Amino acid sequence: MNDPLITLSMLDSLNMLAGGLFLLTAFGIVATRQAKGTLTLFITQSLLLAASAFLLGLRYNSWHLYGVAAVNVIAKAVLIPWVLRRTVHEEVYTRREIDQVLNIPASLLIALTLAILAYFLTIPLQQAVALEFRGPNVPIGFAGLFLGAYTLAVRREAVPLLIGLLAMENGAFFAGISLARTLPLLVELAIATDGLIIVFITGVLIRAVHQHIGTTEVGAMARLKERATGEASEDVGQ
Amino acid sequence: MNVIILLILPLAAAVLSFLPIRRLASGVTVVSSLVVLVVSAQIAGQVVSAGPVVAFPKWIAVDGLSALMLLLIAFVGAMAAFFSLGYMSSNSHEPRRLRLYYANFNLFIFSMLAIPVLVEPTLVWIVVELTTLCSALLVCFENTHEALEAAWKYVVLSLMGAAVALLGFLMLFAAMQVAGGGTYTWDGLVAAAPRMPAVLLEAAFVMILVGLGTKAGLVPMHTWLPDAHSQAPSPVCALLSGVETTAVLYVILRLFPILKGTSAHAEVWAVVFGLVSVGVAAFLLLQVSDYKRMFAFSTVEHMGIILLAAGLGTSSAHYGALYQALSHTLTKSFCFFAAGATLLAVGTREISSVRGLIRTSPVAGASLLLGGLAIAGAPPFAVFLSEFSIFRAGLAKGQYLAMALLVFFVAIGFFGILQHLNHMVFGTSNGDEKPGVRLPASCVVVLCVVALLVIGLGLYLPEPLHQLLRLGAAALER
Repeated sequence: MNDPLITLSMLDSLNMLAGGLFLLTAFGIVATRQAKGTLTLFITQSLLLAASAFLLGLRYNSWHLYGVAAVNVIAKAVLIPWVLRRTVHEEVYTRREIDQVLNIPASLLIALTLAILAYFLTIPLQQAVALEFRGPNVPIGFAGLFLGAYTLAVRREAVPLLIGLLAMENGAFFAGISLARTLPLLVELAIATDGLIIVFITGVLIRAVHQHIGTTEVGAMARLKERATGEASEDVGQ
Repeated sequence: MNVIILLILPLAAAVLSFLPIRRLASGVTVVSSLVVLVVSAQIAGQVVSAGPVVAFPKWIAVDGLSALMLLLIAFVGAMAAFFSLGYMSSNSHEPRRLRLYYANFNLFIFSMLAIPVLVEPTLVWIVVELTTLCSALLVCFENTHEALEAAWKYVVLSLMGAAVALLGFLMLFAAMQVAGGGTYTWDGLVAAAPRMPAVLLEAAFVMILVGLGTKAGLVPMHTWLPDAHSQAPSPVCALLSGVETTAVLYVILRLFPILKGTSAHAEVWAVVFGLVSVGVAAFLLLQVSDYKRMFAFSTVEHMGIILLAAGLGTSSAHYGALYQALSHTLTKSFCFFAAGATLLAVGTREISSVRGLIRTSPVAGASLLLGGLAIAGAPPFAVFLSEFSIFRAGLAKGQYLAMALLVFFVAIGFFGILQHLNHMVFGTSNGDEKPGVRLPASCVVVLCVVALLVIGLGLYLPEPLHQLLRLGAAALER
């Protein structure tokens, strides 16, 4: 452990491991049927994000990144689940989502393609930045963003959709902790608060939908369309 | 100091609105939004006469472009607050829900005012996200199936776009580090841009364009917009359609001076996205069945026109883009006030169920007609003048194809809007015509004031406003 080079390479490997697990949780959010399961996966993902920030902090000796790690743990692993439980009815979590838009194996195959696409898309970006900003974080962050967006496209239940949104933001951050290492902590705090407001407002909205419409399968709501004469214009939404 | 007052007032009003005192919420909202309007006008005057106002270096400052946005937001905010007085009380909501409405309304105003005054891009991103969150509960205020669906789509798609834009902003920050650091503000970015790697800049630009473009209603990410902008209560629609979209587009416009002079192709992206938005919206305008959705699609069209103009890249085109933003904001908010009055008078949003409005409710009918003519771009209204100035700038730049398409699409949109309005205002109904409900006084006053301005701006552009537009256009150059 006294050899600094060995320590650095070990930190890099650990960060790689955190990145790999982060990507796995993103796949999990696409495929898990139960709403509660997606929430657990999201918490795990946020902890991995914090771990990666902490490891990069050690690697580059940056207090900023320790701050980011702490903010992430508090906001995403503690406060967000708490707010969500306070605003959304218990019954909504235990619900299993039977039909997604695509079946799960096909979904995972597409998700895999997206992850590979993310890797190739980020090659030119990686080459544009200095060596110390490269590493697994940027491609995995992009993949996390894409997989979150994909989750939003295929799922219908409200809570998994919300988790998909938060996972997209996690993806953006996972790339961010390596790219924008010296972002002021004030901004990080503001972004974390913003995450809480997202969960609160969306939670209130989910509750209102549950109360007034009696479902949380928000993906199936499709009343608002152009009701034009003739058969044209079924372009909106589904 | 004034700038800080501008941000604190709506927050204070939001807190006061929660207090359970009769009529306090509406009163506080109207007063605070009027003061905000006066203060913004003062700041704009200061910017015109003495240059940018800096409240907190590196965090809060107002230049020509921000002052213009500030003025637009404050103006529509004040009119919408006043319009809400009559509009919301005529819908007999329980007092608790009304207080919630005004509290949310003030928070929404706060988040929008913060967009132009903040100069740190990631903080701007946060307040853009806040505009979505503060307005979501306003969109679903009626709690109907349609309103809830609209609010859900609005929140999910806007936040999805926001996540993409966040990565874009973080990449801009990274590009700044590559260029050797500096202060991460709009001006700092412009200064550091020539040293940034073009691929990083262009990737960041595209992510922000797609991400925030979702919220500005650019095609193909516009699908939520007609839903949200038609289901919200009309004063909120005026804010959403009139200024929120424009304020988000302002953030995209801020990127143009950064990318200018590098080898990144911001302009091509802008022209293509702009033209596609104008074209798709124009054809959708032909087949709408709900008059509030019609004005919402017209917003998509106008966002496209502004983006296209910004993409032309010459200083006269930039002037045209901002002129268009000004005329669109004023006219579109008027259109939604008129639509709100019509909804109060006849109680339906269906175009096919409204006939002979000019006879049943002359005020609503006349306003709807005036708003429709003005927003569709009939001379001598301001929208016509601004569109014409963009057209001229495009021809001067040699973009003949883009301009031909623009004229074609705008003509189709014009035809679409006027065809629907003609039936609504002058058409003969087959049943008996019931006289419409009497409009509340505050609604009529707002309609008259804004109508005068819509007509006035077409005939005469005051010198200070012209100066402000020129300063704004200069901020889009480098």
